[in-house]
Amino acid sequence: MPVEANSMIAILPEIVILTVACAVLVIDLYLPDERKDINHIVTIIGLATALGAISLIGSDKVTYAFDNSFIRDPLSDLLKGVILIVTLFTFVYSRDYMQQRQLWIGEYHVLILFAVLGMLIMVSANNFLTLYLGLELLALCLYALVAFDRDSKAGAEAAMKYFVLGALGSGMLLYGISMLYGASGGFFGFAQIADIAAAQGTDNQLLVFGLVFVLIGVAFKFGAVPFHMWLPDVYQGAPMPIVLFLSSAPKVAAFAMAVRILIEGLGGLQTDWGEILIILSVLSFVLGNVVAIAQTNIKRMLAYSTISHVGFIFLGLLAGTAAGYTAAMFYTVVYALMAAGAFGILVLLSTQGIEAEQLDDLKGLSERNGWLAAMMALIMFSMAGVPPAVGFMAKLLVLEAAVSVGLVWLAVLAVIFSIVGAFYYLRVIKLMYFDKPQLEQPLVIDGTATIAISINGLAILFLGLFPASLLQVCGVAFG
Amino acid sequence: MIALSDYLLLGALLFAIAVAGIFLNRKNVIILLMCIEIMLLAVNTNFIAFAHYFNNLSGQIFVFFILTVAAAEAAIGLAILVVLFRNRHTINVDDLDMLKG
Repeated sequence: MPVEANSMIAILPEIVILTVACAVLVIDLYLPDERKDINHIVTIIGLATALGAISLIGSDKVTYAFDNSFIRDPLSDLLKGVILIVTLFTFVYSRDYMQQRQLWIGEYHVLILFAVLGMLIMVSANNFLTLYLGLELLALCLYALVAFDRDSKAGAEAAMKYFVLGALGSGMLLYGISMLYGASGGFFGFAQIADIAAAQGTDNQLLVFGLVFVLIGVAFKFGAVPFHMWLPDVYQGAPMPIVLFLSSAPKVAAFAMAVRILIEGLGGLQTDWGEILIILSVLSFVLGNVVAIAQTNIKRMLAYSTISHVGFIFLGLLAGTAAGYTAAMFYTVVYALMAAGAFGILVLLSTQGIEAEQLDDLKGLSERNGWLAAMMALIMFSMAGVPPAVGFMAKLLVLEAAVSVGLVWLAVLAVIFSIVGAFYYLRVIKLMYFDKPQLEQPLVIDGTATIAISINGLAILFLGLFPASLLQVCGVAFG
Repeated sequence: MIALSDYLLLGALLFAIAVAGIFLNRKNVIILLMCIEIMLLAVNTNFIAFAHYFNNLSGQIFVFFILTVAAAEAAIGLAILVVLFRNRHTINVDDLDMLKG
């Protein structure tokens, strides 16, 4: 089959990212140590170009490419855009941190770019093979990134744990895929599996068996309870900029994976996977919010906070309505922005050889750098769900979706536990504004990073005040 | 003639052995890597069995991709293992207890 030009146009953003990744790999060989910034510039330009490519080929029409193995639709456009923007933030925030620790090397850019490529492929997958390849490209890069600081004992341990549990998750997913392949009589395209699921439903036991394993695989990648064991350890052990990347963009890709598999592939079994998601969702926001209170390490605290947010994302998905999916997508996008901002600030705090890992490191931040403290406070309010920050709107929408399908008890439970969660978010604000700083000297951060964190923080406020535009874009994705 | 269900049973057994190996093993990280390989091979067995039974090639093509990814995964796993051993001078699973809370 000759490759059609249309197919090549549909994967334009992926081509751009691949080209840039290969270019950085080669350029890095010829750069002396003091000029590694050129990698940074090439990467930033590449990511911006890929963003341009998405808006260039983006439309409300759906395009299929490469014999239906690849799909380009409004959903993939938006999620790819978010992934690229969050990655841009990652690079801008992490520059000083990585430079000071002699980690500002070409491999950092290359690995993240390949991870981004994997995510873009995942987001646009239209059969299980494409999805699996994208997922593995992402996962393999992330394992290596977690161990990026080669001399860190905790980093190596975290990478090993992440590797073993990540491989276990992929294995579960693959086993489920093999069952779905059998259940559908030899197909792994989402469309064909959707036909089988709609026609046979739970009568096809192999299909249900496959669904359970695939769902476990998805839950592993999200880090939903009880498949969350890797998350806190990886967050604690990995270098801060890697956690910043790991906590934001891959969650967006995991959401795309959930949509493609559960809604587009197995939409016919919605009542069945909806019930499993209820359990995962409740466990996630209960355990996430309660255990986060006990943490003194802010990376671990945010890890458990991630778990609780995953519970809320599932709350939107399990409703099984277009409004629910839209709400879940809105939540995911907002969460990626909040996570990027929160870890971005921690990265910026970790200058001058200090690791801002403990909650105590945030003490008196308002005296050391008022603007940074204000942005952190905004993000914490947003995560806790306090209006007018956008986190409130996101929570409101998923709760509304759950209530509209009659799951009032679930919504009430979610509200109770987000109030429990508010405690540890507000504690961060209390530490920043009402406690004496441990270090007296003011915190100076470079101009680009200040601009980036301001855009990131103010976007959270802006989207909270005017959520309609983003909501509309999310709504288009689910027609 | 060996029935499809026999192959699926073999696949399920291999998968169960692999998962049990990951959770029960308390000695050596290398055994974990071996369990991961067994798990992927169990999936391959399933795919090949179905592909043969349905007379459909796509499952076998999937297996090629899984084999390739498994090789890359093993390479990354061993690389992390080397880093781990250099830093900690042990690959005992029980000793990996620095991170908890």
